[in-house]
Amino acid sequence: MAGYSDPGFDTLALHAGAVPDPSTGARAVPIHLTTSFVFPSSEAAASLFNMERSGHVYSRISNPTNAVLEERIAALEGGIGAIATASGQAAFHLAISTLAGAGHHIVASSALYGGSHNLLDYTMRRFGISTTFVAPGDLAAWRAAIRPETRFLFGETLGNPGLDVLDIAKVSAIAHEHRLPLLVDSTFTPPWLLKPFDHGADLLFHSATKFLSGHGTVIGGLLVDSGQFDWAASGRFPELSEPYSGFHGMVFAEESTVGAFLLRARREGLRDFGACMSPHTAWLILQGIETLPLRMARHVDNTRQVVAMLAAHPMVSRVGYPELDSHPSQALAQQMLPRGCGAVFSFDLKGTRAQGVAFIEALKIFSHLANVGDCRSLVIHPASTTHFRMDDAALASAGIGPGTIRLSIGLEDPADLIDDLKRALKAAEKTTDKATDKAAQKPAPAAPASGAKTA
Amino acid sequence: MKLQVNGREAYVYTGGKPFDPTLPCVVFVHGALHDHSVWTLLARWCAHHGHNALAVDLPGHGRSAGPVGDSIPALGAWLLALLDAAGVPTGTSVALMGHSMGSLIALDAAGQAPDRITRLLMVGTAYPMKVSAALLDTSAQVPLKAIDMVNAFSISTLAAKPSYPGPGMWLHGANRALMRRTLAGPNATGCEVNLFHHDFRLCDQYDGGLQAAAQVRCPTTLVLGDQDMMTPPRATAELAKALKAQTVVLKSGHSQAAEDPDGLLAALRAALA
Repeated sequence: MAGYSDPGFDTLALHAGAVPDPSTGARAVPIHLTTSFVFPSSEAAASLFNMERSGHVYSRISNPTNAVLEERIAALEGGIGAIATASGQAAFHLAISTLAGAGHHIVASSALYGGSHNLLDYTMRRFGISTTFVAPGDLAAWRAAIRPETRFLFGETLGNPGLDVLDIAKVSAIAHEHRLPLLVDSTFTPPWLLKPFDHGADLLFHSATKFLSGHGTVIGGLLVDSGQFDWAASGRFPELSEPYSGFHGMVFAEESTVGAFLLRARREGLRDFGACMSPHTAWLILQGIETLPLRMARHVDNTRQVVAMLAAHPMVSRVGYPELDSHPSQALAQQMLPRGCGAVFSFDLKGTRAQGVAFIEALKIFSHLANVGDCRSLVIHPASTTHFRMDDAALASAGIGPGTIRLSIGLEDPADLIDDLKRALKAAEKTTDKATDKAAQKPAPAAPASGAKTA
Repeated sequence: MKLQVNGREAYVYTGGKPFDPTLPCVVFVHGALHDHSVWTLLARWCAHHGHNALAVDLPGHGRSAGPVGDSIPALGAWLLALLDAAGVPTGTSVALMGHSMGSLIALDAAGQAPDRITRLLMVGTAYPMKVSAALLDTSAQVPLKAIDMVNAFSISTLAAKPSYPGPGMWLHGANRALMRRTLAGPNATGCEVNLFHHDFRLCDQYDGGLQAAAQVRCPTTLVLGDQDMMTPPRATAELAKALKAQTVVLKSGHSQAAEDPDGLLAALRAALA
């Protein structure tokens, strides 16, 4: 049924969660830059604090602008609601801290963004939460790693750095066999590309800094609940199914049959850890989401053209994009990501670290920086930046070669992007020649002259 | 809290306070394929303002054991049995507030026990509550599709503020998830086809509304949504006349408790005053 009652994705991207402002008639979403909201009466104030009424009290907990963003991403993902956070990492931490505490355990894909890996393997371990990492495609390993104290399974929809496609249906089935939820990081796959809840994921988060915002201007995160996981029936989550003394003995699973997780995450996690989003940030992310369908189509189209050029280039030994026959996730990508596999991928230059550096430095349209999902095209050379402390062997174990380059394809004219890359590849090739020439011209070490003194 | 009603376990949400037999009661009855959680804001308010809140999960719904009730009058009788099971003393003020199918159950219960029920609030109601043959058939054959159809018909806006039960909730998604959860619930036993079809069939077949209304002696309020496509306000004229009911119209679709919780609370407070 098309129309206002049952709108499609593009309509939701513009309208979900927002109507013209009732007090001013403003058509665009107002930015409610206020810390607090005046109570209409003392009785209403008490009711708001006691969850007898719905409304806003203090912008760390909720804010009208943020609420529009939260409803909008929930609508686009097919979820029941969301919480806006200070960053994608804050969204991940909010999920962890709502579901797990000291003594608990997580099973996670080994193909993760470095920041997520650090959080799990170092920081959360310091707080008593341990993680077992498994190869994302090894279903037996996922199953074998689950322990009585495991609280959830976690993976990225497109794993870092190789873009392994997470088989959400199969991994979530394993999770559900053990009465556990599956949380996914869907940052590389905004909902125009993939809706993880349709495949069985229970919770997801985005670094909204990336494609959702889309313009490289703000840092933000979004944690979304599908409402599909039955926390009470699981029996593994007393935080949600038993009285919580930190909120008047509230049993969150009784307060909301499908929204218990979000209630606790907001009433505890945002309240106590406080990693909330600025309303100004929420507004900028909303601006991005309004054009998400248009941008993602162009991101993917440009990416396909760049991938095709690189795959045929003699200076390139590998292109890691799941639509290519050579990618191990190609079949899964066809099934789960028919609109495309996003706009972030890596490729390997034939050559040395020095050639990788030369390639980067020759680019003029691509910006060399540590981000993805911008409307502008971005590039980074992991071996000389994010992973520069690693030797070649360590890089190889992380799936990174000395010539690996990561690209985030933007919205520029694709012909300009291809020209920029071709020129930089030529520069890298020349660097090889110069290095070879210098090596050839350098005189071999001379033998010590007869009779000369040696130290 | 859990009660034994007619030998079966029944779940009742009490709004965060234990049941107190000395207090007046407000009993909340949900609609088709819903559970108590559609009432939690109102129930919490009542529980913290001098009332017992008893928001039930009907038999076979949510946390209450099946089998499901086989007619609206049977569920009305179950509701009265629940009052006894909870220990509500005779003579205590008892307000019944029902939504959609729950409003018919509340009406029938009030007709069955006119001396016991002191207030009746029928939210998102109509009589007769006929369900189209196409929707009935879809609920039987493709219940998930029927859920999406009902969801689209039930919620009138893409931005109900401040949302339910709190900011940041997407009502369309939350309602769909609740209906799916209830449909798949472990207690949904005793249905001819499935719980969704069963609930719709009860609404469609109920023909005792005017007889029940003739027995009701308490003040009655109809709370309607001006954009309700499931139970449009025009479908209540005969019932309102029979009940001599006061009518309150909210700016809402069929999900009055979620779309306008403050408006519904105001209507409840006015009725209890």
